[in-house]
Amino acid sequence: MSAAEPILSVRGLSRRFGAIAAVREVSFDLWPGEVMGVVGESGSGKTTLLHLVSGSLRPDAGTVLFRDRQGAMQDIQAMSEPARRMLARTDWGIVHQNPRDGLRMNVSAGANVGERLMAVGARHYGNIRGAAEDWLARVEMDLGRIDDLPRTFSGGMQQRLQIARTLVTHPRLVFMDEPTGGLDVSVQARLLDLIRNLVAVLGLSAIIVTHDLAVTRLLAHRLMVMQRGQVVETGLTDQVLDDPQHPYTQLLVSSVLAA
Amino acid sequence: MSMTREPLLLVEKLRKHFTLHLQGGLVLGVLDDVDLAVAPGECVVLAGPSGAGKSTLMRCLYANYKPQSGSIRVHHRGGFVDMANAAPHDVLAVRRETMGYVSQFRRVIPRVPAREIVAEPLRAVGVPGPEALARAEAMLARLNIPPRLWGLPPATFSGGEQQRVNLARCFVMAYPVLLLDEPTAALDAANRRIVLTLIDEAKRRGSAIVGIFHDEEVRDAAATRTFTVRPQTVSDTTAA
Repeated sequence: MSAAEPILSVRGLSRRFGAIAAVREVSFDLWPGEVMGVVGESGSGKTTLLHLVSGSLRPDAGTVLFRDRQGAMQDIQAMSEPARRMLARTDWGIVHQNPRDGLRMNVSAGANVGERLMAVGARHYGNIRGAAEDWLARVEMDLGRIDDLPRTFSGGMQQRLQIARTLVTHPRLVFMDEPTGGLDVSVQARLLDLIRNLVAVLGLSAIIVTHDLAVTRLLAHRLMVMQRGQVVETGLTDQVLDDPQHPYTQLLVSSVLAA
Repeated sequence: MSMTREPLLLVEKLRKHFTLHLQGGLVLGVLDDVDLAVAPGECVVLAGPSGAGKSTLMRCLYANYKPQSGSIRVHHRGGFVDMANAAPHDVLAVRRETMGYVSQFRRVIPRVPAREIVAEPLRAVGVPGPEALARAEAMLARLNIPPRLWGLPPATFSGGEQQRVNLARCFVMAYPVLLLDEPTAALDAANRRIVLTLIDEAKRRGSAIVGIFHDEEVRDAAATRTFTVRPQTVSDTTAA
């Protein structure tokens, strides 16, 4: 994280849905190797913000600049559709809350991982199979299940498969929307540990949207707190959680049940 | 000692209060105009009654708490970083390379074994895996954690064992600045002496240390001087 220049630079991002300002005037920089958590209750605009930043939703105002592998800042909105799709397949990875949105349920686990590689030009079957096996092992999947369909997997296994599929192309920026939502607590702990290790080992930059503050303490370097579409507080994760300044953040932190 | 006396940690006009918005905006004053400089090889022990703000000051130094005003400058990579105002990624760089913190509170990470917890800060500064593990195990052994526990997550360890894992994680690095908040609270006499030896070694190699020690024997042995944190009165607070 000693790099002098941000990998992502967001300025004045706004989006309305009819009368509702879903995201208002959001600006931030994300640094290489940095993991930022976006927290807030349902309807605070955090998922909309993720869609705006990842280019799947057009903002009414504002810019998203991404530093490509050549070091040039690319304006996401100004890019052509094929160029943006290429970016989404190579430099970016998206982990959806529901693995069904990120996986192809009617092809095997191995093919789910392998086809991401083929989409960026890999053609040698043995290499693709090898990379798929390597990634399934890294997310602690039983290799005996490589030819099974994801629909026969548990929710936790599906989520680990989605992570393998996302990371196999070595993205530099990963977007995660409630990556541990809807999973049992023990499965969550395993998944969190896995994500925490992968992010550190691969030096990924990531934006993680979650309503679970405990998840951010484990995964995020810093936090952005959203309320009614606006950022009300930002800072180092442990500082925001242990010494929240804004009334809304104090309410969020004090509402968590301590186990 | 032939080291320079230029401070590694320089606190100026530090003020910290807490505004409790859920309690009708009640303001609790804690620190008012704190000035403190800590030179290499010094161990400054914070003194003052319970509730005076010793731990709050410590947490401000680590940027865990956000002060209202003032500066906390730490010598880092040949320059100074102000922990009170630096961007998160700069604060994290200081924590990674320069400033270690042992707290009286232990927070365990699920599923991660003791040796990995201790090796993690070494890996974060680029020490290769096997060397990081070897150094982690050596430090765990020094702190009397038996080898059969190294591969287990500390969640099931006793309070004293967890605290020693915490200490190992800090002392496995040779941080130039050390913050020690009751590091021996849960330890027996033999382990307290080991911690005192580690503190002594850190002083000799020129680390600047700030400590809170409830135990008088540890305090007297570790301190090169005492710094008194004065409790804030209510009238001070409302005037602010």
